[in-house]
Amino acid sequence: MFFLISKRVALGLITLFIVSLITFIGVEVLPGDACTVYLEREAYGDALAACYKRLGLDISAFDRYLIWATNTLQLDFGFSLSGQMPINEILGPRIKNSMVLATTAIIIGIPFALILGIITALWRDKMPDIIISSLAIFSMTIPEFISSTLLILIVAIWLGWLPGIVIVPSDVTVMELLSNIILPVIAISMIMTAHMLRMVRSSVIQVMASDYVQMSILKGVPYWRMVFKHVLPNALLPAINVVALTIAWLLGGVVVTEVVFNYPGLGRLVIESISNRDLPVVQALALILASIYVGINLIADLLTLVLNPRLKTLQTRK
Amino acid sequence: MNDIIQQISNLSIGFKSKKGKEISILRKINLNIKKGETVGIVGESGSGKSTLALAMMGFVKQGLFTIDGECKFENLNLLKMSNKDLEEIRGRKIAMIPQNAGQSLTPNLKIGYQIEEALKLHTKLNVSERQKKISELLNKVRLPSPETIALRYPHELSGGQQQRVAIAMALAGNPNLLLLDEPTTGLDVTTQAHVLEVLKDIAKDTGTSMVYVSHDLGAIAQVSDRVVVMYAGEIVLEGPVRKILKDPIHPYANGLLKSIPKLSLKGLPNSMPGSQPQSDKLGIGCSFYERCNISSEKCKKNSPELDYLKEIDVNVRCFNFKDLKDFNKTTEFKNNEFNEKNTTENILKLNNLSISYAKQNFIDQFLGRIKDSNPTVKDINIEIKKGETLSLVGESGSGKSTILKSIAGLLKIQDGKIMFNEKDFLSDDLKARSSNNLRAIQLIFQNPDESLNPSHTVEEILSQPLKLYFNLQGQELKKNISDLLQKVRLGDFYMQRYPRQLSGGEKQRVAVARAFAANPDIILCDEVTSALDVSVQAAVLDLLKQLKKDFNTTYIFVSHDLAVVKAISDRVAVLYQGRLCEIGLSESVYKFPSHPYTEVLLGAVLEPDPDIKPRLIAEDIVEERPPEKGCTFQGRCPRILGDKCKNETPPWQIGLNGHAIRCHIEINELDRIQKKELLNGQQK
Amino acid sequence: MNDQVSTNNNIKKNPSKFFEVIKTMVSKPSGLIGLSIVCFHVFLAIISPLITPHDFKAINPSLMLLPPSSEYWFGTDHLGRDVFTRTILGGRVAILVTFFGSLIALTWGGLLGIFCGLVGGKIDDIVMRIVDAFLAIPWILAMLLIVSILGTSITVLIPALGLFYGKGIVRVARAATHDVIAKDFIVSARARGHSNFSIIWNEILPNVRDAILVEGAMRWSWMLLGFSSLSFLGFGVSPPTPDWGLMISNGRGLMSFAHWAVLAPITCLSSLIIGINLSADAFAKALGIDRTTKAPV
Repeated sequence: MFFLISKRVALGLITLFIVSLITFIGVEVLPGDACTVYLEREAYGDALAACYKRLGLDISAFDRYLIWATNTLQLDFGFSLSGQMPINEILGPRIKNSMVLATTAIIIGIPFALILGIITALWRDKMPDIIISSLAIFSMTIPEFISSTLLILIVAIWLGWLPGIVIVPSDVTVMELLSNIILPVIAISMIMTAHMLRMVRSSVIQVMASDYVQMSILKGVPYWRMVFKHVLPNALLPAINVVALTIAWLLGGVVVTEVVFNYPGLGRLVIESISNRDLPVVQALALILASIYVGINLIADLLTLVLNPRLKTLQTRK
Repeated sequence: MNDIIQQISNLSIGFKSKKGKEISILRKINLNIKKGETVGIVGESGSGKSTLALAMMGFVKQGLFTIDGECKFENLNLLKMSNKDLEEIRGRKIAMIPQNAGQSLTPNLKIGYQIEEALKLHTKLNVSERQKKISELLNKVRLPSPETIALRYPHELSGGQQQRVAIAMALAGNPNLLLLDEPTTGLDVTTQAHVLEVLKDIAKDTGTSMVYVSHDLGAIAQVSDRVVVMYAGEIVLEGPVRKILKDPIHPYANGLLKSIPKLSLKGLPNSMPGSQPQSDKLGIGCSFYERCNISSEKCKKNSPELDYLKEIDVNVRCFNFKDLKDFNKTTEFKNNEFNEKNTTENILKLNNLSISYAKQNFIDQFLGRIKDSNPTVKDINIEIKKGETLSLVGESGSGKSTILKSIAGLLKIQDGKIMFNEKDFLSDDLKARSSNNLRAIQLIFQNPDESLNPSHTVEEILSQPLKLYFNLQGQELKKNISDLLQKVRLGDFYMQRYPRQLSGGEKQRVAVARAFAANPDIILCDEVTSALDVSVQAAVLDLLKQLKKDFNTTYIFVSHDLAVVKAISDRVAVLYQGRLCEIGLSESVYKFPSHPYTEVLLGAVLEPDPDIKPRLIAEDIVEERPPEKGCTFQGRCPRILGDKCKNETPPWQIGLNGHAIRCHIEINELDRIQKKELLNGQQK
Repeated sequence: MNDQVSTNNNIKKNPSKFFEVIKTMVSKPSGLIGLSIVCFHVFLAIISPLITPHDFKAINPSLMLLPPSSEYWFGTDHLGRDVFTRTILGGRVAILVTFFGSLIALTWGGLLGIFCGLVGGKIDDIVMRIVDAFLAIPWILAMLLIVSILGTSITVLIPALGLFYGKGIVRVARAATHDVIAKDFIVSARARGHSNFSIIWNEILPNVRDAILVEGAMRWSWMLLGFSSLSFLGFGVSPPTPDWGLMISNGRGLMSFAHWAVLAPITCLSSLIIGINLSADAFAKALGIDRTTKAPV
């Protein structure tokens, strides 16, 4: 068992290593470099040399990679050109804000998705399923920027119930944030919940069609007992992976929503840093977001391993 | 008089086709189950027997509905009851033992939990009483160390163990009626016999009624008091087991029983032409008309009713049953034309063949090949003569399929070699084999659903070998395909069909045609009849035999079904855990003296004759791997001599006609003991 | 004895699979609706330059933000341009880019997936690990970066989108190949001695093709969504080319008093995406592929 866990962790670390390589090389192969890209027309003479020195572009790529890699392992992500400050200082508040948004969405969205997914599966093709599934499909296929825009249009502008755009700076306290995030949370949750509930639905349906569920009916197991003891534990196991993917998405993939609502999170930072052509920040963000993704997937993998009786015993028996 | 516990009247169940037509799977079934009796329901796939079994629990699968009739248990119509009310009966008064126990046990719950759940729902025992009862139940189904089993998950048990757990779970509620849907299909021969013993004992001890649904007439013969034969959704014959199985008076049952190979008879049985009509293609008139050889004009336009013949207590659905000749007289199997030409020419020779499945880990690979000292298959020495049919027999784990695959070049050989035509060395790497050798050895697989490419038409499938080996094209290609189809008795119009449009038997014929397309010298048959319906098996065997005569092909035939093997083989090799136990002429192997394992196997075979009982000689243990030293059968041998068998590899002893047995017991001694015990057993 | 296995002589020749599939798709309402929407949009994209009432580039400050009228059916936008004209032209670039992007994604994703499925073992592991690593980086970050440096011409967008959206297809192709490879008919072909290429082409490809095509159809809808998001952020189409995403971006600040500027493009974009989704689902059902077991993203 221990061997299996450590094998997975080792593989995760290898993936992270590959990610760091891809990020680094990806930026390297783009035409120009961080300094010329940032300075654009001003990219010559003293300004350029100073920039090079600051970013370490005057040494070979290989050495630079090593320095960068060792730094990031110590959580020092370098220097932002546009912000003229260490990247860590920029990241801090942004990460906090994204976490607030993500956590709220998760707390609301996941239980909702699970319950709705189960309902649509158990009442398959009946009214509840038809309504909820149609809404879910709708939610999933409309682009984020449209649903967010429509939300603002309807709720903030026509009905005037909530503020539309977030107009606070990035380093406010959590409490102050909370009052501003209702609409973004709704926008995000809609999409997230829709994806998850569809997945839960199909998983539950598949399990309900299995031989052992039929057997438990023939055994005389009452309906709800069958659902909770025989169906759900088996149907929800694959859901762990989807939840993991969703969490990872919430932290780095909600760029568009953050832009529409002007929310000061990691997603908006991505746009800002790219618009400012601040490559060191972009690089740092890529690595961080990818690491979060890999880390969460690893946890999900391990959880599945522990909870799935087939995998657990298969390994311990050896 | 109320000793009838289940009464099925006029039951019809079906579904609505896409075009809205009502199609019946069960048609007007009338059946009574009495207290304490075991009723065997026989039918092939598509006969509706599983649907009938489920209906007896009031369960109708999704998509099906009750067209008419009722299913009464204790005077309640199960089909009209709500699910909630049915929960009171299911598991408690009526219990089901499903076909594939492995799939029917919930994977995330421990065995003990699942049995306790049944107890909690259907009995009033308290916690400690339940624990005791779990052990009791597991003991009853002869599972060793019930405490350990109870803590396991379903996937940790073997097939036989899972089946027994399913039986234990069904007994938990002390049901009055047990429904069993093919409970022993997929189990090894010996395991099957053991599980049936358990069932018979339970029926005797508790007086529970049983309904045993199966296509296996041997199993039905062993457990049933009465037999019901189903065809195309109807009951066509019903009566006491002896009457039905020994002298079936319906032409379908008659033909079915005649088409099963039996150990007690020689040669290939007669096959029934055609196949069971599908439920959506039934018309007016008798459903068996197309295949019947005693049919008359009346049968074409009128459907016979079920007539009760009081004198013999039999129900039969036929107008002309009186025309059926006496069963025993006409059971003459086709003359087993032996290839008497004594060819001493060896077409294939397996020399000290050893194959291992063990994966070498990284270090072994780095340091160079370290051989597995206890490989999956070891020391196989067999010479196969040109034109003969050699069968490899054994249960799961015997290595028979492994050997076949290595002859085909699909597996890496650890040791030894394979010689073709006494001069060609067959490499275990397909790429190294010459084109002629590739052509000369062809393979037919077990499952016709998987061995034909679903996106190819029959024409495309058959053109593959023709194009590859003979470069045929255009008109010539088409003609060859047409000829091939004719040889396997399929018409030209099959060329444009896709595999999904064919029946199992038809698909297997296409697979046979594909093998013969290459004009091979050797055909390797891997359980080619095991996935087919009983009545179709005989036809395919017949086809293989005919083609062999026409092409003078050599067959290497792998099967677990000893009766089939006897019907088709010239010589037989018996394998246990990847080692050869016995090899010889078919008739020698099936008679004494036998290797103790052969003796166990033959004893466990279920004949479709209620008076021939199986002999359970060895325990039903599943062995993980062969022993490191000594005789491979030491773990289960009922005749084990002691340490000698555990430490020394037994020698080959040669008897009459080249019959070879690998045993420490002297061959004549073996002969004597075995014959004596058989006689004693029969006298009891 | 009549040994003929079957006497059924009236099996017609199997009709062309393509038409079978289309027929099945439109037999259900969802498939019919989806396919109609897609065809409508594609048709519109093709003929729209011929039917525009006004010039899409014509900037006219005096006609800014006029509500819908008989002259300007959908009103005008913040630069005085005709919204109707820009709307019917707005799908052209999106459909073009995403369609060809999907083809690229299908090709490279399918090939790599089949390759991994065939090869198995260590190489399969390594390649999938690299693909996973690529997947780990948020696509939008990578896309934005590429576009910001290499520009927004369609010669950049099409391959870039094709590259990123192919990852999902790799998984599906690999899984489908795994399924097929274990089947006996592949073993049979190997045992006969067919060349590897022949096996891949004749035996494997026809059986994985359906799964890959269905996934490709779904990818098209995601890609359209992604492309519009890019345009919305200003990293897709460059003005003055009309594009729905861009129009929505431009108009959203003015939504409170000029909603016509956003409603038209929103409706068009949403309907097309939903149409593709419905069609892909109907396509899957018609081919007999059960998509409900796959993860949605």
